[in-house]
Amino acid sequence: MSKIAEGLLYSESHEWVRVDGNVAIIGVSDFAQAEMGDITYVEMPDVDDEVSAGEDFGALESVKTSSELVAPVSGRVVARNDELEDKPELINEDAYEAWIIKVEMSDKSELDKLMNAAAYTNIAG
Amino acid sequence: MKYYDKLIFELSKPGRIGFSLPRPADRQQLPFGNTATLGTLRGGTASEAQRWGPKDVSEGQAAAGSKVCSKVWREAPLDLPEVSEVDVVRHYTNLSQMNFGVDTGFYPLGSCTMKYNPKINEEIAGIPGFAGLHPLQPNETVKGAFEVLVGMDKALAAITGMKHFTFLPCAGAHGELTGLMLMREYHMSRGDTARTKVIVPDSAHGTNPASAAVCGLDIVVVKSKEDGLVDVEALKGLLGPDIAGIMLTNPNTLGLFERDIKQIAELVHGCGGLLYYDGANMNPLLGMVRPGDMGFDIMHLNLHKTFSTPHGGGGPGAGPVGVSDKVLPFLHIPRVSGFHGNFGIILRAYAYILMLGREHIKLAGKFATLSANYIKESLKDCYKLPIPSVCKHEFVFDGLLDDNGVTTLDVAKRLLDYGFHAPTIYFPLLFHQAIMIEPTETESLETLDAFIAVMRKIAEEAKTDPELLHGAPHNTPIGRPDETTAARQPVLKYE
Repeated sequence: MSKIAEGLLYSESHEWVRVDGNVAIIGVSDFAQAEMGDITYVEMPDVDDEVSAGEDFGALESVKTSSELVAPVSGRVVARNDELEDKPELINEDAYEAWIIKVEMSDKSELDKLMNAAAYTNIAG
Repeated sequence: MKYYDKLIFELSKPGRIGFSLPRPADRQQLPFGNTATLGTLRGGTASEAQRWGPKDVSEGQAAAGSKVCSKVWREAPLDLPEVSEVDVVRHYTNLSQMNFGVDTGFYPLGSCTMKYNPKINEEIAGIPGFAGLHPLQPNETVKGAFEVLVGMDKALAAITGMKHFTFLPCAGAHGELTGLMLMREYHMSRGDTARTKVIVPDSAHGTNPASAAVCGLDIVVVKSKEDGLVDVEALKGLLGPDIAGIMLTNPNTLGLFERDIKQIAELVHGCGGLLYYDGANMNPLLGMVRPGDMGFDIMHLNLHKTFSTPHGGGGPGAGPVGVSDKVLPFLHIPRVSGFHGNFGIILRAYAYILMLGREHIKLAGKFATLSANYIKESLKDCYKLPIPSVCKHEFVFDGLLDDNGVTTLDVAKRLLDYGFHAPTIYFPLLFHQAIMIEPTETESLETLDAFIAVMRKIAEEAKTDPELLHGAPHNTPIGRPDETTAARQPVLKYE
């Protein structure tokens, strides 16, 4: 049974979003990291890159598979978690602490399409 | 099994040699220059080396003479290991005994068609007239080799329904890239420059989207239905003037025949696209169904899978590409030339085809299909079978029915303890605990039964002693490697 953090928004492709004003902090859920297994590499966009909701912005690689990271919202990347370059295992250790990118949202209404923790439980319980 | 992990240069002792070079007097009598060794190999000594070997680099350079541009002359001798003949023989014999291959035991690696490599292939390839060929030999001296290539072209055309083949690609993925470049060329020649997208199913071999990306094309994924086949309705929604074509393997990676292939071909052709056939799964169709008749325009074959040439450990492979009439004008590379990929592999595959003949080649696919269905039906009460229909040459389990925390990786590792190679695992990606089993036609009923018995035993062990499986393998020279650390902090050079 994977952990689902309260107060975050979730996408169907298992990314989470923590909203901080106009900025969306994005990571992957505990369910996603458990399914992936030991993560060995995180591919991230650069700061100032644009991401679009529903399109991939990077990828996770693990020992057994690789998986695209799908942007839950659109906007400009304002920060990336460079610590993950050398320590991808941080995602396995605490998926909700190890954020991947921060995005300045161009359309906050996109958040309405995401799930709350209770709804996400139904697909990742 | 004796543990052995030496590298050849760790055995090196200065002055020790395992070869004899010809004396200057012999050299003049040899037809192809000065590098051929004498027929008899001697256990060498340092004095032999002094007598027969080049004394220093300058002698080697002088021997190479004016035929080699001085710019590429070596300034220092090659740092080769210095070992005697017996050192070399023992080293490679010991290494080979650490290996597992089709000659050692059952190797049910799904999607790889690890069939037995008949030794007659090696006999034919060992005929001196073939084995001693040089790519730069004058054409008139290699007519026999050309005849093999022409004969193989005809044989593969007959088996696949394609018009002609090129033998240049040296691997399946190499063939895919070649085929996609032909596809692009076809569209470009018609001024149809907007076709930049290639459709691949979500069950596709990973090489398909990878080859398309390398070819500069965009990838569009078409979903599979519940029954594991391409969703034709979803496909319709993707078709349009931007579609270069679709890449399909049939039967697909779940071992299921795409029954709607005629309709798929009509739809894709209807929108102006081409159909690419990934020949990795050709084995069950041999002599029975032809990609050309299904409507495919371009395809590759993996000779190291379907046509019984050596496989694994990096090849050498061969991925000939065949085309229909429509695409033939774009195959403007020489179809027959002195440089034909891995000629020795094409020759082995040709020997295999001629050995079986038109009539018996049909049996390969039938027996491969029977073997796969036999294992599937014998194990489906222990392993989760997500798609229960009749399979072709391979099928996929989705882990143990009663897993008790035991993963597919644990099952695969435990199989090694019992002397079997593991199946393909965690592919296709449609299932999270995929175990993809392909027994091929060359295994006896006894071997299949032994494998089934072990798989059942492992399922039992999962219930009673899961820890045993988490720690497997226990009987191999190396236990379970730490794949995570190997991926995160790889050690890439000798230290």
